[in-house]
Amino acid sequence: MKLGSKHTTLLVLAVIIIVAPFFFPSSYYFRVGSLIFINGLAVTGIVILTGYAGQVSLGHAGFAGIGAYACALAPVYLGVHPGLALIIGALLSGAIAFLVGRPILRLKGYYLGVASLGFGILVAMLLTNEAQITGGPDGIRVADLGIRGLLREMGFRVKGSELWYVLTGICLLIGAWLALNLHDSPTGRALRALHGSEVAARTVGVDVARLKLQAFVISAVFASVSGSLLALQNRFITPEVAGFLHSVEMVTMAVLGGVGSVLGAIFGAAILTTLPQVLTVFAEYEYAVLGLVMMLVMIFLRDGLLPSLAKLIKGREQ
Amino acid sequence: MKVLASTALAALMAAGPAGPALADIKIGSTLAMTGPASFLGDPEAKTLEMLVEEVNAAGGINGEMIELIQYDDGADPNKARTFAVRLIEDDEVVAIIGGSTTGTTLALMPEVDAAGIPFISLAGSISIIDPVEPYTFKTPHTDRMACQKVFEDMQKRGISKIGMISGTGGFGASMRKQCLEVASDYGIDVIADESYGPKDADMTPQLTNIKATDGIEAVLNPGFGQGPAIVTRNYSQLGIDLPLYQSHGVASQGFIDLAGNEAAEGVRLPGTALLVADILPADDPQTEIVRAYKTAFEQKYEMPVSTFGGYAHDAFRILVAAIEKAGSSDPEAIRDAIEETSGLVGTTGTYTFSADDHLGLDLSAFKMLEINNGGWTLVD
Amino acid sequence: MPELMQFLLSGLTVGAVYALVALGFTIIYNASDVVNFAQGEFVMLGGMITVFAYGAGAPLPLAAAVAILTTVFVGVALNKLAIEPARGAPVVSLIIITIGASILIRGVTQIVFDKQIHRFPAFTGDAPIPFFGATLLPQSLWVVGGALTVFVGLYLFFTKTLTGKAVLATANNRLAAQLVGINTGWVMTLSFGLSAAIGALAGVLVTPITLTSYDVGIGLALKGFAAAMLGGMGNPKGALVGGLLLGVIEAMTAGYLSSQYKDAAAFVVILAVLFAMPQGLFGAKSTERV
Repeated sequence: MKLGSKHTTLLVLAVIIIVAPFFFPSSYYFRVGSLIFINGLAVTGIVILTGYAGQVSLGHAGFAGIGAYACALAPVYLGVHPGLALIIGALLSGAIAFLVGRPILRLKGYYLGVASLGFGILVAMLLTNEAQITGGPDGIRVADLGIRGLLREMGFRVKGSELWYVLTGICLLIGAWLALNLHDSPTGRALRALHGSEVAARTVGVDVARLKLQAFVISAVFASVSGSLLALQNRFITPEVAGFLHSVEMVTMAVLGGVGSVLGAIFGAAILTTLPQVLTVFAEYEYAVLGLVMMLVMIFLRDGLLPSLAKLIKGREQ
Repeated sequence: MKVLASTALAALMAAGPAGPALADIKIGSTLAMTGPASFLGDPEAKTLEMLVEEVNAAGGINGEMIELIQYDDGADPNKARTFAVRLIEDDEVVAIIGGSTTGTTLALMPEVDAAGIPFISLAGSISIIDPVEPYTFKTPHTDRMACQKVFEDMQKRGISKIGMISGTGGFGASMRKQCLEVASDYGIDVIADESYGPKDADMTPQLTNIKATDGIEAVLNPGFGQGPAIVTRNYSQLGIDLPLYQSHGVASQGFIDLAGNEAAEGVRLPGTALLVADILPADDPQTEIVRAYKTAFEQKYEMPVSTFGGYAHDAFRILVAAIEKAGSSDPEAIRDAIEETSGLVGTTGTYTFSADDHLGLDLSAFKMLEINNGGWTLVD
Repeated sequence: MPELMQFLLSGLTVGAVYALVALGFTIIYNASDVVNFAQGEFVMLGGMITVFAYGAGAPLPLAAAVAILTTVFVGVALNKLAIEPARGAPVVSLIIITIGASILIRGVTQIVFDKQIHRFPAFTGDAPIPFFGATLLPQSLWVVGGALTVFVGLYLFFTKTLTGKAVLATANNRLAAQLVGINTGWVMTLSFGLSAAIGALAGVLVTPITLTSYDVGIGLALKGFAAAMLGGMGNPKGALVGGLLLGVIEAMTAGYLSSQYKDAAAFVVILAVLFAMPQGLFGAKSTERV
């Protein structure tokens, strides 16, 4: 193979994003597609934190919440454009991740899990309880990004779901490109060394604390941008975006698909975003089937769906 | 981007069905059949299912059968939004009933508005219909009206200083806000203001604080789910000897069963005719419809009716009447016909919509109920 | 200070519930290093099955026994069918397996039973007992007593019986335990069964106070997990103290500060404790094996 795996991944992603719409029978599929891309962006962050650096977070939805509410609140209180609010949210998330990351990342395994969980719950609780600012549990409207209006003025009429398919698709490609570059950089190699064994990495002179913090901050920014995109697309957001279930969902998507690779994790996001839509035919059996699928994949395809599939195909070829 | 969008559109047109000849009227719903609000969505979904069967068995609307497409959004606003897109774009329904909660309703409103599909919400908050959005209607009383009804009753009893204990979920938080806003209109001072989480197991600390506040004359508990039942039990455990008011969010037999007859004795709440179907005077305009729905539902599902199923019942009746009147299943015509609904008797009250009123109920539809010996009695 | 006493009683009742859930976490963690996020579902099953068995006409003690036995069966099945085949999988995979199990159990429960909220009568009536100016329900005594009994029982089991020592040995070093002839597979089965039994017992004890429905498990699992980590995972004493402490912090915050932020206060304390003591209050120091 001539192409590096980085370019292969990006190419595969780009081709899928461009070709898939030709098979869409209605614009509802664009909506599902854009949700996959938004979730894909968040799980790409999880790949950096969990796949590269080996740290588990059960509170990353907290950052998605910060990103989402930045887009809801900054245009109202600071008078900035919603697009700029996305960047403000990302910076804020990065800064908060930097502050809480330092003490939290000293913890290991399940202790890190519960600490990050606590962080996520605190964010969700602030968003729920400070109703005079955040609109409370019933949610808050988000300003229009204005791109559709701009296109209309230029004479192009596009449906909202189609526009967002394109926008989120581009964001996902950029995110994947950044994550893949990180993977091949010296930092990425050091992160993977750290994943293998923290003690071993430390003995060969890796600054473990700083590296973990870097991974944490980067993944927080990914989660934040994904939250912002969700808010901007829906033009409405509720505190659920920061909730525990959303945190778990992110980790599950990444691990189910294969947390070791960007493509695998995005595949996981695609599966878990589509599954509830497919499972509506099972009506009330939906949750039972969903739980069963999660268990079966993790028991029998331990590396995640995509790597296991790849192995299977390779095995056949040989 | 333009190329992509237009090629995608071209592909869409090629793949889409050409000139669909629909024999059926497709109605969509997205409800919280599971999840934290399933006690709302479950009876709502069952009611719609039952009524569609009923109408189809009687020959449909203007000779056309109804096809009901139901999705379970689990009270997740993002899911509700996606299902709204699916109903509109993929299933091509002509109207949507649903949004069991305010969050899901608000999330899907931009979608129905953009697509021009009439939508009847089953959620409580006043923010759904104020300001009025052209395609959105709702059947339940607003939380503000519940506050007004309760305060009216307090005023009659000469109560002026009260404590509130509200759930932090959407319903409780929204009603708390509305109550604080209208309290002064009725000369009522809220001198203690506590809250609890939706899954909390014990509210005695909050109630102890309320009890210890000087001059408290009554307590109001906005909230739904198990919280109000626990509040009622704790209230009796602490021996608080003041009138307790609950909200319409717990207006069901289930609440009395959970709180226990003894603890629930004397609790008042604003409810609908549905709860007192058996003791309603025969000449009450609602008597007939309320009893018919109650009998049919309880026979089919072997569980007691609830106010929430009644919201779905009313939404469906309004929609069917509008389609009949419009004489077509064109969404725009249906929307106009809904807006012209006048004097339609439902389980919740008598609906009269207009261009600037998309709820169409007034306070008279609310009945102040009191729990006595494990059953409901009418106060006024 | 009748208020303080009321807050304390409330906190201890709720804390005892958390402690029971945390004890369940601890047993499975000790035997297998797995944090079982389906632990809350055991509590839910205990409550829901009792509700429906009682509703079908069984006397309460029989209904409770049926619920506990059924839940033990579910726990053992979870171990045999999901945890054992996944032995050696990374922590995050195990988290997802048990979360998947929790979704599955919830999904099946909502089909087999229903989605309504339920309760059954308290064991010894609802007449409040006055206590230093405050009141508590007889059922609270059952819950607190239950938590203490389970704790003492576990303590005796782990320190006085051969089987209990085998469990502890497995917890310390699985390979070494196997080498000295301990059937570690059986230890796992026993731990899951025991943990499920404790969870179900908790469900039976608390349902008259907290009520139950098919989806109460996840909230309980979260709080129980937090309590177990606060005390130090794997230590029954930690689970008991962590649970009670969490309950009391919540009640005190609700009483004296803000009822809106009582859950926040609990997590702030947990974060503070973990920053000072990364292994929880009673957690053992461990070093990473290279």
